[in-house]
Amino acid sequence: MADKSGNHKVSGIYLRRSLWSGLLFGIGLIAFIDETVFHQLLHWHHFYDKSTLEIGLVSDGLFHAFSWFSTIGALFMLADLKRREAWHVKRWWGGVLLGAGVFQLYDGIIQHKLMLLHQIRYVDNVFYYDMIWNIFALAMIGIGTAIISAAGKGTIRQKGRFQ
Amino acid sequence: MNHAEMNHEYWSVSHYMLLSIALLLIILYIMAGVTTSRWKHLRSWPLHRYLLWCGGIGCAAAPHIGPLAVYAQHHFIFHMANHLLLGMLAPLLLVLGAPITLVFRTLPVIYARKLSFILKLWPFRLATHPLIASVFNIGGLWVLYSMDLYPLMHEHQWLFVLVHLHIFLAGLVFTLSIIYIDPVFHRYSYMVRAVVFVAALAGHGILSKFLYAYPPPGVSREEAEIGGMLMYYGGDMIDLVLILVFCQQWYKSVRTVTKKVPVTDF
Repeated sequence: MADKSGNHKVSGIYLRRSLWSGLLFGIGLIAFIDETVFHQLLHWHHFYDKSTLEIGLVSDGLFHAFSWFSTIGALFMLADLKRREAWHVKRWWGGVLLGAGVFQLYDGIIQHKLMLLHQIRYVDNVFYYDMIWNIFALAMIGIGTAIISAAGKGTIRQKGRFQ
Repeated sequence: MNHAEMNHEYWSVSHYMLLSIALLLIILYIMAGVTTSRWKHLRSWPLHRYLLWCGGIGCAAAPHIGPLAVYAQHHFIFHMANHLLLGMLAPLLLVLGAPITLVFRTLPVIYARKLSFILKLWPFRLATHPLIASVFNIGGLWVLYSMDLYPLMHEHQWLFVLVHLHIFLAGLVFTLSIIYIDPVFHRYSYMVRAVVFVAALAGHGILSKFLYAYPPPGVSREEAEIGGMLMYYGGDMIDLVLILVFCQQWYKSVRTVTKKVPVTDF
């Protein structure tokens, strides 16, 4: 149950589940934005880049499938939490930012740079794009973590019935 | 051998047979549904299941009858569209049509028991294991495209028939093994199925980009690129429905006793 500050007096299992749902949704959301904005709308990212390593194709396939599944799965988890009135809003949003940031960082460093999956944009000064991309990812991780830990402090991890 | 002549012969022979099998399946389904709906002890068979079944049969038939079949002989893009229809959309719609449930409704108890005995036998249990079904489904596609079977299947009728039969049946068993609409006798947890499902989706996605990067023999780069993208994004769209059905079943299966659940760690 949420009080006015958005904090919940929710048992541990639902606190964890709120976080997990947020994390999974964050991964799905950022992958969806990546696909929609950078692949389809801007046409900056390429579907396939000739320099891609084989491991890059495998990683891309796995993350694409996982993020597609987790976007939907996470929202059903959220529906389940709401059904139980056990949705911890702050932990969820913190999870979204953290999940999105971690995936963006993985995409920006491992997939773009090490596996050469594709570049952010096919221009000379791609370094600046990479920098902004990864700083943005780190910022999301930082803010997400801060929200989660702040939300954790105000939470009473009680067992048994709550009001 | 004259390519066009052979194909013409092939279609004229099997064309009508396939069409009549498709119509027969639709008629039998409708008859079973309508008849059992009249029985007092049964609920009436829902309309959407009839539509799903007809749609599924249509999607399975379309790649073999009519213009799609002709174009697919020469264009990789149509071949890929057919593959999506036959191996993904048709199985999904057919499974959602719940044909096995309908058969059980229709059969007298004594035969229904025999059928359930047969369905419990190990070959069926093995085939509907999500992992085995996935390997047959996605592995079969890898074999088709990476072992150069693709050009051969347009030269040999028997191989063409075999490949199409495999794509259809493997897709059907895979869908059955992931979403339990019909009675499946050996069930696996949602978590197991989710993990296998994601791995199978990944296998499909990787193969799409692989095709984009390395066109099969006899397929131009341009065609392979469009075909690969069609496979990737088209597959995603059909998988979206599969994922939604799967997650909704998962969501429903978790019982909440009261609206305000007493909070205990369990």
